[in-house]
Amino acid sequence: MSESSSSSVPLRRTPLHEAHVALGAKMVGFAGYDMPVQYPEGILAEHKQVRSSAGLFDVSHMGQVSLWGDEAMRALERLVPADLLELPAWAVRYTQFTREDGGIIDDLMVTNAGHRVSLVVNASRKEADVEHLVARLGHSIDVALLEGRALMALQGPYAATVLARHAPRASHMAFMTAMPARIGKVDAIISRSGYTGEDGFEISVPSEAALDLWRRLLAEPEVKPIGLGARDSLRLEAGLCLYGHDIDDVTSPVEAGLAWSIGRRRRNDGGFLGEQRILTELRNGPSRRRVGILPEGKAPAREGTEIHDAEGKRVGIVTSGGFGPSVGGPVALGYVEARAAKVGTPLGLIVRGEARPAKVVALPFVPHRYFRG
Amino acid sequence: MAELRYTKSHEWARVENGVATMGISNYAQEQLGDVVYVELPAPGKKVTQLGQVAVVESVKAASEVYAPLAGEVVEVNGALADDPALINRAPVGDGWFLKLKVANAGELGALMDEAAYASYVAGLK
Repeated sequence: MSESSSSSVPLRRTPLHEAHVALGAKMVGFAGYDMPVQYPEGILAEHKQVRSSAGLFDVSHMGQVSLWGDEAMRALERLVPADLLELPAWAVRYTQFTREDGGIIDDLMVTNAGHRVSLVVNASRKEADVEHLVARLGHSIDVALLEGRALMALQGPYAATVLARHAPRASHMAFMTAMPARIGKVDAIISRSGYTGEDGFEISVPSEAALDLWRRLLAEPEVKPIGLGARDSLRLEAGLCLYGHDIDDVTSPVEAGLAWSIGRRRRNDGGFLGEQRILTELRNGPSRRRVGILPEGKAPAREGTEIHDAEGKRVGIVTSGGFGPSVGGPVALGYVEARAAKVGTPLGLIVRGEARPAKVVALPFVPHRYFRG
Repeated sequence: MAELRYTKSHEWARVENGVATMGISNYAQEQLGDVVYVELPAPGKKVTQLGQVAVVESVKAASEVYAPLAGEVVEVNGALADDPALINRAPVGDGWFLKLKVANAGELGALMDEAAYASYVAGLK
């Protein structure tokens, strides 16, 4: 059997590192952090735990960024295509930092936290994001990457029931809203959001309070710890993009199927980096699109797999692919030429030199179950 | 029953009457995690010692599986198609991959016995 090599670069640790090791997690390097890829039950069991009950994730490696200044939202709008001025207090919005050429620097969540704007960005991009924010907006607003805070995600159909035992108002929150809350003696920021396709929450607390909250939530009978392996299979089934794979500095938000996140006012008025390409693609359609791909057989098609049309001509490439535990078979995301992007289009996936039949399907693979209130 | 022999790449083989049954070791299945798919060769395929003979896929990744001995594939484990998790549950039993008609029994000498493999694996941890 072939083996992967491990690197010797020193890895950073989250405030929950010792808890993962004590639980018997298999630890791997991810975005510069030593993170749990799975616990002893394994990725399949963890994935199904989140779909059927509730799972707790350590996502403290992600970047928590704060922006201050009267014009912070207005300034931020120059860097993202979302409508942020209409974002009510304690509402959360998904958007992307775009480049001048319309590519994507990172994708992120923006919260109107009253006196400040709070962002959650990808771990692998947090330094680059802050550099970008400071370079573009540093003259008018204050930008800080918050060290000293942990972030946990509690996801699954029982997440609200569980969290309400510790923060009673949590179960009344609508999807994509946030609120400050006291959990025990700790000041937390709870947002009803996540990246699994399930109902759930992300909870930001000071690092020194993280271990206590982690243990309280894990002590609930509905909750088990979930590693990065299941986090990836859950988001893949939910049809959600992973930065560096399904979106990057070359793909545009329109190609990536993220046009829904571009505000109506922004479509009319522009005023954000990359508007030339992005508005043109919105008008004329992009030359390629991210699509859901369902292989007909059982062989997973991994990232980098070539996609052919029915005639055997290359039309694209898989950007995320693997086994979907809730689907019970392989699933993939990839980019195909616009002519091959229609739902139902037959495709060939070139796995180990052989074209394997597949077709374009609507996303998500597993229906989202967000709480709309 | 004949003794198990192991490769450094974590395959096992058991030779009886000139036919080697092969699979992957318990250490290998632990490292892989949940197996979700196995691609096996067609019977009749000829392989060299340590040449690629199959592919095993976990949720996370695909890994190549090598033949412990040179030979011709005479049978594959059909049960793995519907239940690839057999490899996790019984890697050295019902989770076998395939049977090879051994070309050169002398090649067995290049493989590790149970004790040598156990100390080899201990050195990897």
